[in-house]
Amino acid sequence: MFLALRELSFARGRFALMGSVVALIAVLMVLLSGLSVGLVNDGVSGLKKLPVSSFAFEAGVDESAAFTRSMVEIDKAEMWVDVPGVADAAPFGLTLVNTRTDRGVDIDLALFGVELDSWLLPTAATGSDLSGPGQILLAGTLADEGVAIGDVVVVDQIDKELEVVGFVDGQHTFGHVDVGYVDLSTWQEIRAGARPGDEVPNHVYRWVTAIAVLNEGDAEPDVAAADEMAGTTTMTLEESFGASPGYTAEVMTVQMIQWFLYAISALVVGAFFTVVAIQRRQEIAVMRAMGASTGYLLRDSITQSVILLVVATAVGLGIGLALGAGLSATEMPFALYPSAVAAASAFLVLLGLVGAAFGVLRVTRVDPLTALGASR
Amino acid sequence: MIAPVVELRGVSRVFPAGDVSVTALVDADLVVEPGDYVAVVGPSGSGKSTMLNILGLLDRPTSGTYLLEGIDTSTLSEGQRAGLRSRRIGFVFQSFHLLSHRTVLENVLLATIYNRMPRSERLPAAEEALRRVGLGHRMDFLPTRLSGGERQRVAIARAIVTRPALLLADEPTGNLDSATGESVLAFFDELRNDGLTLIVVTHDDKVSQHAERQVRLRDGRIERAA
Repeated sequence: MFLALRELSFARGRFALMGSVVALIAVLMVLLSGLSVGLVNDGVSGLKKLPVSSFAFEAGVDESAAFTRSMVEIDKAEMWVDVPGVADAAPFGLTLVNTRTDRGVDIDLALFGVELDSWLLPTAATGSDLSGPGQILLAGTLADEGVAIGDVVVVDQIDKELEVVGFVDGQHTFGHVDVGYVDLSTWQEIRAGARPGDEVPNHVYRWVTAIAVLNEGDAEPDVAAADEMAGTTTMTLEESFGASPGYTAEVMTVQMIQWFLYAISALVVGAFFTVVAIQRRQEIAVMRAMGASTGYLLRDSITQSVILLVVATAVGLGIGLALGAGLSATEMPFALYPSAVAAASAFLVLLGLVGAAFGVLRVTRVDPLTALGASR
Repeated sequence: MIAPVVELRGVSRVFPAGDVSVTALVDADLVVEPGDYVAVVGPSGSGKSTMLNILGLLDRPTSGTYLLEGIDTSTLSEGQRAGLRSRRIGFVFQSFHLLSHRTVLENVLLATIYNRMPRSERLPAAEEALRRVGLGHRMDFLPTRLSGGERQRVAIARAIVTRPALLLADEPTGNLDSATGESVLAFFDELRNDGLTLIVVTHDDKVSQHAERQVRLRDGRIERAA
């Protein structure tokens, strides 16, 4: 401790430089972590908040675009209700529409169609729940964008009018657009492109996007058999995230950047400590000659690295969190989960330590008398 | 009968260098009794540094046996060798190798830390060692403020603070002017008179003349162990 601390304070400039690099990496890491969680939320928070275990889509549907392509007959819900281990099943409709409120606010919406007596029906945080056709319950975040209870939302092209009756709590998004809940029959008419006053053919009311399935407790229904029986393709809620537009590509991109960042930080920190260890070569050689064991030297250097890494990471985290708080208030999808940030920080410190250990090990292998510059 | 401080039996050290190998020390036999003052001399490349490495437990012989105070060092682990080094061997280097950002006292204290000397004894021992080399008034100085002779005396204090059985000195006067070098050698004589065993590696005749015995190395072989 005594040696490592002394060196930290003696070579202040050198360690401050390295500390700021580590801190910057930590800042970047926090921001990336926030961005990745934010993107995930922006893509699928509406789905995440559904009390659903899995979705049964049309058999053989393109799994990367299931929500937009799938068409399932509504009565398959009853077949799914009877599957052992399934608590309940209900028809679910999803379609993306462009709308404008009567006060001139343009909003893109992911319309979730649910039956009014269904367990899928959300509870309004402000205003009232859905109670009939022609009503819409919007994501809470839209209240900040100039939409109010009592406004009328008009669906582009078909001029269908929906009255805003309330807001659900917080962010509900699908494919980066806000979610609006409507009655299933209203959803089916919009999906069919029916204008007000049009006669809607009966078959329109027979189709939905998917059957939402809720398992009993921890039960795992025999999905393959049920799919076979009902003629569906089932994805768990998690799997269905991949069916949200662009979700997989976004998540993979951000994750790849994160892994690169980890690799770079390990290399940078490792290289720095190698250089520090090489600079300390003579000192390490003297200490070895005086009888310091390799273990002692490792402990000494690792202590030094831990102090540097932990302090620098903490500073970086602080800056990152402060910046993140600023970003959360902007349009940028950004959300921080303490567990994700903590894990990433621990990983950064760990990688730094591995790099530091390598640096010291290399030097302890050097022939001490060569390092001591014996002149023979 | 007390075991010799150093006993080399047929010690060789071969360095592999690609397809050929370099033999730095060949079949060396050497006995150094307690209180001996031995100078190892020889031209550059004669194996002096290899011998010093082995004597100081910084390197292991390829073959042969090295007994330090009767202990066969070849069977010891690295940790045990480090421990033995910290308790029984003191080093003095040509270029002092003091740690520049620690005070004179801290430099000497360092040796007592590796040595696992009880905490309460460390400071008195370090102060005593510094007074003994005549630097009692320089304890809080940084080495950079000392003259070459003073630095070497700090290095000697660091080497003897642990009361080693063997003091290994590597060209101890190489970086000093002759008057200062002479005073260091006089101090070695004093240590020797106090019963310390000294092995000094040098190519300087003035240094080796202080020793009572010269071991001359040539091409890795001991020519004369008088």
